[in-house]
Amino acid sequence: MISSEEKKVGQEIESLLRTDRLPHVWCPGCGIGIALGALLRAMVRVGLDFDKTVMVSGIGCTGRAAGYVYLDSFHTTHGRAIPFAVGLKLARPDLNVIVFSGDGDLFAIGGNHILHAARRNHDMLVVCVNNYNYGMTGGQHGPTTPSGAFTSTTPYGNPERPMNLPHLMISLNAPFVARWTVAHPRRLMRSFEKALQRKGFRFIEVISICPTEFGRKNKMRDPLQYLMSIKENSVVKHDASFEEMEIRPNKPIVVGDFRDVKVEESYEDVYYKIIRRFEDA
Amino acid sequence: MKSKSVVPEGIHFWSGNVAAAEGAIAAGCRFYAGYPITPSSEIAEHMAARLPQVGGKFIEMEDELGSMAAIIGASWGGVKSMTATSGPGFSLMQENIGLAIMMEAPCVVVDVQRAAPSTGLPTMIGQGDVMQARFGSHGSYDIIALYPNSPNEAFHLVIDAFNLAEKFRTPVIFLMDEVIAHMYEKVHVPPPEEIEKKIVWRKTPKVPRERFKPYEYDEDLIPPMPIAGQGYRFHTTGLTHDERGYPNMSPEAQEKLIKRIYEKISSRREDLAKVETHLCDDAEVVVVAYGITSRIAKMAVDLARKEGIKAGLLRLITIWPFPSHIIKKLAEQADFVVAEINHGQISREVERHTGARKVKLVPRMGGTVHRPEEILRGIREVAGR
Repeated sequence: MISSEEKKVGQEIESLLRTDRLPHVWCPGCGIGIALGALLRAMVRVGLDFDKTVMVSGIGCTGRAAGYVYLDSFHTTHGRAIPFAVGLKLARPDLNVIVFSGDGDLFAIGGNHILHAARRNHDMLVVCVNNYNYGMTGGQHGPTTPSGAFTSTTPYGNPERPMNLPHLMISLNAPFVARWTVAHPRRLMRSFEKALQRKGFRFIEVISICPTEFGRKNKMRDPLQYLMSIKENSVVKHDASFEEMEIRPNKPIVVGDFRDVKVEESYEDVYYKIIRRFEDA
Repeated sequence: MKSKSVVPEGIHFWSGNVAAAEGAIAAGCRFYAGYPITPSSEIAEHMAARLPQVGGKFIEMEDELGSMAAIIGASWGGVKSMTATSGPGFSLMQENIGLAIMMEAPCVVVDVQRAAPSTGLPTMIGQGDVMQARFGSHGSYDIIALYPNSPNEAFHLVIDAFNLAEKFRTPVIFLMDEVIAHMYEKVHVPPPEEIEKKIVWRKTPKVPRERFKPYEYDEDLIPPMPIAGQGYRFHTTGLTHDERGYPNMSPEAQEKLIKRIYEKISSRREDLAKVETHLCDDAEVVVVAYGITSRIAKMAVDLARKEGIKAGLLRLITIWPFPSHIIKKLAEQADFVVAEINHGQISREVERHTGARKVKLVPRMGGTVHRPEEILRGIREVAGR
């Protein structure tokens, strides 16, 4: 049964979409829509001022999200969504800034920026949809591809080790760090709700499914089966250790709100204090 | 802390870098993102100190790719923004300069050049980024690039750079020489009200949200620019897009958009042309030079006149769009010498517009400026002496 509140939220999230841009570019069975839907629901439930909320994306499948939301939205260059958002937020601290992009965009080509944005504690929410590969360019391996996985550039299995994204963000002292999957849409939405109400650099990794590229090459061609396998292989553990957060073959995907600490000031708050010293003088 | 809200009127003893920074503040720049690199670092240092005093923001980014992205973001926030760098950083900024062109986000990029390629001679003079300023990013576009030859001019010309960026909704490249950047000279700062009269701001939309299209342009080919958070709920992208700002993957959309972005600047080539001439009226040999080289070329021209050669100097202040109509006019009467600290960049552009006229390049690879005698020898050669 859909509650009347859920119905209302459903109507409101439709008003947050550029329906004149449909159909979207995402393949049937893609998980990005679930991640975006959970975010939009959370935005409605938290009651953000949508005229003061902006979304910035980079390049790639997830990078197309900015083009579908009825917000001030920016589809930037590959890897540069975060520094673009940094400039926008510092120039305009009154805006709620959300970066919504993929794992390759944020952690390979854009890797340097996310490290320093987290370190500086910019006041923004960064959502990383992790589908384990570069979907848009034909399913090549990337910084998050699990070891041994087959992709169009790892035809003999991935010889690399994937990045442990939440642990990396925690190491940089990001005050809010979570990982959920598209098989946990409600938990994901609640995590977004929490993150939207916090201050400072907030990071949520969303493990997604890419049946067309990654699934096809790794015996998970069927979207539903793929989704269920993620659900069945996930374990909720909010106080997960570094090892537990690692994504390894034949190990469960550990999900949770790994870090949620209150920070008094973001980078922007600190910088504006400097400006006020001159205003008061 | 003492508040210094405006650029103080009067005569200052400033380096080119400080003059460019103060000119930017006078122009209304309130956001700077950059990465340290000589010989431009004093601009960042000066902005770090000055911007918070006037309510502006400075951020030192992790690299030049991020710096360029950040100033575009700030520009969409409605704040005049800039960065400064040198050759290696300018190379890294090229992709996002293309984004600013495609999104039509006004901003100013200062490139204090040094001898190159690669790390080259840090931090000694070079004029090798002139063509990169024109063609550095991928694809077809036109660009505005300005080039001062003194700290005083750097102050005033950077104000023009911001005005043109706002008027044309485009990145403007501000090319400086290492020698100008580090040279201290008198800078005349006019009263604030006099500067204020010249300041240009971008056009803003006048229609309600329902009827607003972010890339619907006026007769001047320039669309009014919305600001994030005003309630327009606009979308902008580096993809080829239509008037709604929506991606459109058709050759027709590409043709229409890129032609307009190109023509909004190229059609104003003559209005944008800013040059200085010295003894050109009766000149039979015209030396074309820019930046510090123009000051030495002027000495060479005066030496040639003493020898009875009818020489003149054309100093380019607007480098791009190239003032080709002025070169064409001079080609009716004169041959040319081009003196520049590279292996021939503007000389090729001059050649394109001078028909059968002689064009003699007097190059230098960088690290030092020309000696007047080198340019004089070029003048003599062209004059047949």
